[in-house]
Amino acid sequence: MSEIKVKITDLYKIFGANPASMISHVRNGTSKQTLLDEHGHVLGLNDVNLDIPAGEIQVIMGLSGSGKSTLIRHFNRLIEPTAGEIIVDGRNVIEMDKNELRDFRRFRASMVFQKFALLPHRTVTDNVAYGLIIQSSTKEEVHERSQKWIDRVGLTGFESYYPAQLSGGMQQRVGLARALATDAEILLMDEAFSALDPLIREEMQDVLIGLQEELKKTIVFITHDLDEALRIGDRIAILRDGTIVQTGSPQDIILNPADDYVTDFTKNINRGRVLQVAAIMEDETPETGPKIERNMVIEDALQVLSKAEATTAIVTHNAKPVGSVDLNTIIAALTRPDDGSGRTGSYT
Amino acid sequence: MDFLDEFPTMDRQELRELKKAIDLGFRNFSRAYGDALETFFEPLLYFMVWLEKLLIITPWPIIILVMGGLAWLGARSLLAVAGTVASFFVIGYFGMWEDTMATLAIISVATLICIVAGIPLGIWMAKSDRVQTVITPVLDVMQTIPSFVYLIPVVMLLGIGKVPGLLAVCIYAIPPIVRLTNLGIRLVDKEVLEAADAFGANYRQKLFDVQVPLALPNIFAGVNQTIMMSLAMVVIASMIGVRGLGVPVLRAISNQYLALGLMNGLAIVALAIIFDRISQNFGKRLQKHREGGHDV
Repeated sequence: MSEIKVKITDLYKIFGANPASMISHVRNGTSKQTLLDEHGHVLGLNDVNLDIPAGEIQVIMGLSGSGKSTLIRHFNRLIEPTAGEIIVDGRNVIEMDKNELRDFRRFRASMVFQKFALLPHRTVTDNVAYGLIIQSSTKEEVHERSQKWIDRVGLTGFESYYPAQLSGGMQQRVGLARALATDAEILLMDEAFSALDPLIREEMQDVLIGLQEELKKTIVFITHDLDEALRIGDRIAILRDGTIVQTGSPQDIILNPADDYVTDFTKNINRGRVLQVAAIMEDETPETGPKIERNMVIEDALQVLSKAEATTAIVTHNAKPVGSVDLNTIIAALTRPDDGSGRTGSYT
Repeated sequence: MDFLDEFPTMDRQELRELKKAIDLGFRNFSRAYGDALETFFEPLLYFMVWLEKLLIITPWPIIILVMGGLAWLGARSLLAVAGTVASFFVIGYFGMWEDTMATLAIISVATLICIVAGIPLGIWMAKSDRVQTVITPVLDVMQTIPSFVYLIPVVMLLGIGKVPGLLAVCIYAIPPIVRLTNLGIRLVDKEVLEAADAFGANYRQKLFDVQVPLALPNIFAGVNQTIMMSLAMVVIASMIGVRGLGVPVLRAISNQYLALGLMNGLAIVALAIIFDRISQNFGKRLQKHREGGHDV
């Protein structure tokens, strides 16, 4: 694994009149509900520990109220934690003074918002340039870099439009360009695509994946949508009631859900489009058979097998055979873990 | 049963003493500081006299042109321009030109003072809840106390003239711009403000790039209200020596001159409508960018 860019250690956030006095209760295992009922404080984040490697997309997933938006606001301290550390490149963000924090926000971590949060009175160009102007870059630099990112996100020709004149998807392209223009290494995306309709959402996911292949930024991506998480995440952390219940690769999450909560999540996703052959292959390599790259999803692998009219395929990595996979294993992997109420032919 | 029939009042003698003490105290204060205050306000007086003279000396066609131009700049409608020009022609034709210019001078200066003092005050109020809780009741008093009541101390301090008149107008006209600036800034979208924070904007950058521009429509509604209220004070200000359309109205009241009162009254109404339309349309144009149907 590559170096750790962001390291979160023992992070707690308690909302209420006197959060600091509650921290010992929480450390001693008082539950969220008890804390609310008996002490009138809301537990936002509970002992969050997370290592985020540089250059990867870390998805943080959870339902509403799980604390995911609270958590992402701790990265650049839009919300102050009650206790804990957030180490970025060896420096604790929580200990930064005002000026240091301002520079951190200006140069090292930029953010994309769920509701876009563009400046309505400024054109696309001026919105994209916003972070650059705050950095007090030179005029030429501002112009050159904002134009570059406008082009990169596909907004060429819309420079002089106002946000209200653009569709939601276009507005979020502006939001993305604004965040990328500052050249920050860390990109915080708070449900960035959740407000968009499904087709546009997928389009934006592709834009992000495409850009990331080249930019290799450290991206923290918040979502409540598992499909989205599986599609773009290199790693996924699942948050529940302010606690991380599982972290791992998309494959891990689906194959080995840590508890019932995660199982519930993963029940309804299309496993064929997420699971890769590598996750289910066996070690011995057969003599003959169609060749399948190890990171192919099993839905595509099925197609290859059926076209070749074979039952076993050779799994390859960089064109070298590394294992095998057969039809039955694939079919077994496709079926959902049974919860007893599986759809047995009824369409109600 | 005496106690229930009659409200327990302060002893008459004591009450008189109390009132006397207050009067005396203020009189001493005004004797001590009246001159200093007058010197303090002198530049304002010069500015007002200068503006009034300028408006009166300037040939009337130029004034009409300028007014028509302002109407065009503000409202961008030929109807507004035509209405403005026509009103000034009628005003001039009925012999109210000089009084109208004097009134224009005082409401311009009053509005200017209200903007310069009111907007920063509103911004301060928006920044701190404590400031808001202190200033709001003060504004309430300024708006509801009968103007004649605060005319007394103002006249005691500064005598009769333009400056006390101006102060009286400002006391009455400044609350809306303070309130609406405060409101406008408090209503600025929290998410946009959070975005500014997330990009590392400092207080000044947030204020001038985000809060004030987004609050402008409200601030402008405040400017509009301030102009309207200062026009409403014209007659009362004329009681303490401010020249303008209020003087003939006052004369009309004391002598029962119906026509004189009506004409000058209508001239004030004309000014009010002109300034209202110009400033309102200007305010609306400031939020043109909100159109487009994709408001989120």
